[in-house]
Amino acid sequence: MAGLAADNLTCIKRDRVLFTDLSFALLPGRLIYLRGPNGAGKTSLLRILTGLSAPDAGELSLDGQPLERQRDTFNQQLIYVGHKAGLNGALTAMENLRFWCAQHGAEFVPADTYRVLALLGLVGLEEVPVRMLSAGQQRRVALSRLWLKKATYWILDEPFTALDTDGIALLEKHMRQHVAQNGAIITTSHQPLSDLAGPMEELVLEYRL
Amino acid sequence: MNGLYQGIFKRDIALAFRQRSELAQPLMFLLMVITLFPLGIGPGPMTLQKIGPGVIWIAAILSSLLAMERIFRDDFWDGSLEQYMLSGLPVSAIAGVKVLVHWLVSFLPLALFSPLLALFLNLTVDMYVALMLTLVLGTPLLSLVGAIAVGLTVGLQRGGVLLALLLIPVFIPLLIFATSAVDSAALQLPYRAQLAIIGAMLLLAMAAAPFAIAYALKVSQN
Repeated sequence: MAGLAADNLTCIKRDRVLFTDLSFALLPGRLIYLRGPNGAGKTSLLRILTGLSAPDAGELSLDGQPLERQRDTFNQQLIYVGHKAGLNGALTAMENLRFWCAQHGAEFVPADTYRVLALLGLVGLEEVPVRMLSAGQQRRVALSRLWLKKATYWILDEPFTALDTDGIALLEKHMRQHVAQNGAIITTSHQPLSDLAGPMEELVLEYRL
Repeated sequence: MNGLYQGIFKRDIALAFRQRSELAQPLMFLLMVITLFPLGIGPGPMTLQKIGPGVIWIAAILSSLLAMERIFRDDFWDGSLEQYMLSGLPVSAIAGVKVLVHWLVSFLPLALFSPLLALFLNLTVDMYVALMLTLVLGTPLLSLVGAIAVGLTVGLQRGGVLLALLLIPVFIPLLIFATSAVDSAALQLPYRAQLAIIGAMLLLAMAAAPFAIAYALKVSQN
């Protein structure tokens, strides 16, 4: 089966079972909207999907093969935007993105990067240390990765945090475009996704005691 | 390989130059600790010569503890570490490059300073040469082993003192062999054996530490 499949995942944090026997598949051309109250395990699930943490039970597979054996292939096809922006405050937006592209094997074209930053409303802020930017602007710099690296799988953890309505609309349109181009997205968000984001499947995690 | 150079090496060098004060502080600390000894113990030239090598090495270890956390602390808290781990570059290689940069920016200046310190503490030329050799072989070992402990403690808030408690005992063998080499030099005795042992420890650390650091970082992410 194509796509990223989760098979009977279980996650236990501090003796509390967050979820058990969770199975689903993230297929190219689909958007999964992961919902659930605080503490339900959304972030834990996303981190397990990226491979940053290991599930307590269950397995992940990519295109029908165990994910463990094709970590490198998967990483090339993955963009993860987490709670933490992954930007160093002392470096400028351009520097942060240049080094990130080099690490991730994405081609860095300065002209394209300026264009993406302009699209995200960061004109004139490209060479300012990121720590001087507002929370929303920092989030925009972090999200600009979604324009800079070609990857099938996007794993987004609360991507809309601190974004204004324009920013949210921009990101939702970009997500819709990505799905239309056979991309696969799993995202969490406390505010419902609007129609701009296109068709989606919902995955709901319950808070368990 | 290119990703490591363009993405990690250049990044860390750029950051080091941007945060010069953070690098200068441990060095100033080292210099001040060393100046305290003549003031506290008395400036007798023979006394200083006797304690000099030990003082320089102890000050180097203490000041290295101040700068050690820099290796991964910021990357952990701002999320850069997560992005490294998903970059497809081997985490052990990333750790190796980061340790290399850390050594270049925090211990190379110390090596440049060391003639001044040798004058301060009345070391002979033989002793100074031996001290320099032990510093060149020994300080990369501080960086490598220190990075493992930083990897383990980076997720804890205020891991600073814990880091020192973990690392100081581990550095004892290095201190013993390094000061013994300089003592031998003072007596015009050969000190190749001590250097060879420090070199062996360094080679072992170079082979094993990157993997240990990678594992420690993975554990910290969990």
